[in-house]
Amino acid sequence: MSKQEQHWEKTRNLLFITLAIWFVFSIGIFLFGAEMQESSIRPFGYPLTYWFTCQGSLAIFVILIFWFAGRQEKIDDEFGFTEREGEQ
Amino acid sequence: MIKGKFIDNLPKVYGIYTGGFLVFIIIMAIAEQAGMSAKMIGIFFVAFTVLIYALIGWLSRTLQTDAYYVAGRQVPTVFNGMATAADWMSGASFVAMAGGIYFKGYGYMALLVGWTGGYVLVASLLAPYLRKFGCYTVPDFIGTRYGGNLARFSAVIVLTVASFTYVTAQINATGTIASVALDIPFEIAVYVGLASILMCSMLGGMRAVTWTQVAQYIVLIIAYLLPVFWISNNIGAGFFPHFMLADEVARIAELEGQFGFVKNSAADLATVPKGLAGITKPHSSVNATPWAFISLAVCMMAGTASLPHVMMRYFTTPSVRTARRSVGWSLFFIFLLYSSAPMLATLSKISLMDPTLATGIIGKSVADVQALDWYQNWNQANLMFVSDFNGNGTLELNEFFMKGSAVVLATPEIAGLPYVISGLVAAGGMAAAMSTADGLVLAISNALSHDVYYKIINPKAETAKRLIVARVLLVLIGFAGATIAALEIQGILGSVIWAFDFAMSGLFFPLVLGVWWKRANAPGAVAGMLLGLISGTAYLVWVRSGGSGFLGITQLTFGIVGASVSLVSMIVVSLITAAPDAATQKMVDDVRIPSGKTILGKQH
Repeated sequence: MSKQEQHWEKTRNLLFITLAIWFVFSIGIFLFGAEMQESSIRPFGYPLTYWFTCQGSLAIFVILIFWFAGRQEKIDDEFGFTEREGEQ
Repeated sequence: MIKGKFIDNLPKVYGIYTGGFLVFIIIMAIAEQAGMSAKMIGIFFVAFTVLIYALIGWLSRTLQTDAYYVAGRQVPTVFNGMATAADWMSGASFVAMAGGIYFKGYGYMALLVGWTGGYVLVASLLAPYLRKFGCYTVPDFIGTRYGGNLARFSAVIVLTVASFTYVTAQINATGTIASVALDIPFEIAVYVGLASILMCSMLGGMRAVTWTQVAQYIVLIIAYLLPVFWISNNIGAGFFPHFMLADEVARIAELEGQFGFVKNSAADLATVPKGLAGITKPHSSVNATPWAFISLAVCMMAGTASLPHVMMRYFTTPSVRTARRSVGWSLFFIFLLYSSAPMLATLSKISLMDPTLATGIIGKSVADVQALDWYQNWNQANLMFVSDFNGNGTLELNEFFMKGSAVVLATPEIAGLPYVISGLVAAGGMAAAMSTADGLVLAISNALSHDVYYKIINPKAETAKRLIVARVLLVLIGFAGATIAALEIQGILGSVIWAFDFAMSGLFFPLVLGVWWKRANAPGAVAGMLLGLISGTAYLVWVRSGGSGFLGITQLTFGIVGASVSLVSMIVVSLITAAPDAATQKMVDDVRIPSGKTILGKQH
C-alpha cells in the first residue's frame, strides 16, 4: 500500500470515530429523551435531557472538533503531508 | 495600508475596539442618568455601531480578486472563528431563537443541537478539503471537481435558492430592529438596513466582510451575555446563570402545573394580533417525540454543512491545518451565545410568571399590567398583547401574548434593567442580522460574478471588469432581497429553517461525495443537485398547500426528502455513467492530503 493510501485509511478511520461520537450526542441520546429526563443524574441540578440540549451536547461538539483536528494533524505529520510554511 | 501590519496587530486593534465599545456603553449609561431619552439612546447605539462597521468596510476596500473573494487567504484561526460565528449567528439566532425556546420548549431546542452539531460535519467532512482545493466559491469546487458548466450552474442555482431565502429573513430582521430603534416605518427601515449591509461589503468584498464580522461578533456577544448575567443577578438567581438556574427551571415547572395550560377558543385567539403567541408548551419537560426532535436536528446539521456562506469562510484561512482548527474556534464562539439562549428564555419566563417577583405579571390584575410603561411601549410596537378572556380581571397564563422576537428585545426592560441595556440589545441584534446578510449577499453575488459571469459567460474578462460586475450584482441582489423582505411572507425563524432545508436538499451529498467518493461523476452530481432541490421544493409546496406529508416530515424538515432523493439519484446516475477520468481521480487524491499546491492557482 502506498504512503498516500495508508494516510487515507487512517484519515478515514478517524472520520468514522469522530462521526460515531457525533452521532451519539446529536441523535443517539435523544432517542431516549423521555427516559433520560427521569434519570436521577442531574448535572448542576438540571434535568438530564434538558441539560444535554442546552449545554452538554454543545460543549462535547466543541471538544470533539479540537480533538479531531489534533489527531488529524498527527496523522498528517506521520506521513509527512503537513503543509510547509508559506506554501499555497 | 491595512495589510501586513494590520494582520500582525489584530489582537491590539480589536482589543482597543472592544474597550472603546465598553466606554461607549458607560457613556450612554451616564447620559441616561443625566436624562437622555430612551429614543435617543436607541438611535445612538444603532447609528454609532453601524457607522463603525461602515468605516471598517471602507478601510478594507480592495481592487484585487483574491482579497475580494477570499480576503487574501490570511485570516488567522481565532479571528476567522469570530467572523464565522458572526456570519453564522443571524437575526434568527440572536432575536428569534430564545423566543422559540420560550414558547415551544424542548421541541425547539433541537435547533441548539442541530446548529452546533453541524460543525462536526463541517470540520471532518468538508472544510479542510475545500480549503486545499483553493476555490473562491462553493460552485467553483463543484464545477472543477466534477467538470462542466452544467454542474457549476446547478450548484449556483441551489446556492441562490438557499441563500436568497435566508437573506430575506436577515434583511427583515435588520428592518424590524431599525424600525423599533430609530422609530421609522418598517418599509423604510428595510432599506436603511440594506444600505448599512451594502456599505460593509461593497468596496472590500470578503476582506471587508471579514473584518466587519469580527467587530460585529464582539458587539453581539456583549449584547447577549450582559443582560443574561445582569438579570440573573438582579433577581437573585445566581451570579453565573448557566450553572445556577436549576431552581428556576424547577420553579417554572411548578408554576406551570399551578396555572395550567388553558386552551383559548378560536374566537378569543382571533382578537390577538398576528404573529403573537402565548405559552402553550411546558418549559423543560420532553414534549416532542424523538423523531420530531431528531429530524429537525438532522436537517439543521446537514444544512450547516451545505450552506455556502459558512463554507466560504474557511477559504480565507492561510492553510488546511488552520481551516480545521478554525472550525473549532467558530463553534466555541457560537457556543458562548447558544448555551445562553435557554438561560435567557428561563430568566424571561420566571420574571414574567413568578408572582413572588416584583416583575411578575401573571396573577396580577389586567388593568395594572396594561398600565405598565414597558407593556404600553411594546404593545404599541405590536409585539405584546394582553386580554381578559375569562373576564375575571386577573391576568392568566393563557391571556398574555408576545412575539417571538420580543423575548430577547423586551426582557431587559421587563426585568427592570436601565434602558441603556435595551439599546445595547438592539445594536447586538442589528450586528447579528447584518453580519449574516453580508455573508449571504456576498455568497450569492460571488457565485454569480465568478462562476456564471467569469467562468461561463466571459472567461477573458479583466480583473477590474470582474470586480465591477461583482459589485453591481451585490447591489442588485441586496435590493431584490429587501423588496421581498418588505412583503413579510414568512417569519424570521421559519425562513431560516427553510434555507437550511434547501441547501441540504441540493448540496450536501454532491459536496461530501465529491471528496469522499472518487467514483462520483458530473452526471451524478447534476442529478443529485437538481433532483434533490426539485423534490424537496415539491414536498414543501405540497405540505404548505394542505398535503398530509409522510413519515412525520413537516415543512420545517423537508430537507430529509430532498437529501434522500439527492443521495439515491447521485449514486445511481454516477454508477450507470462512465467513471471520472484519471485526471479527476488524481485531483481527488491531491485534495485528500494537506501538503502540496492547491488545485486551483492562487489567482484564478
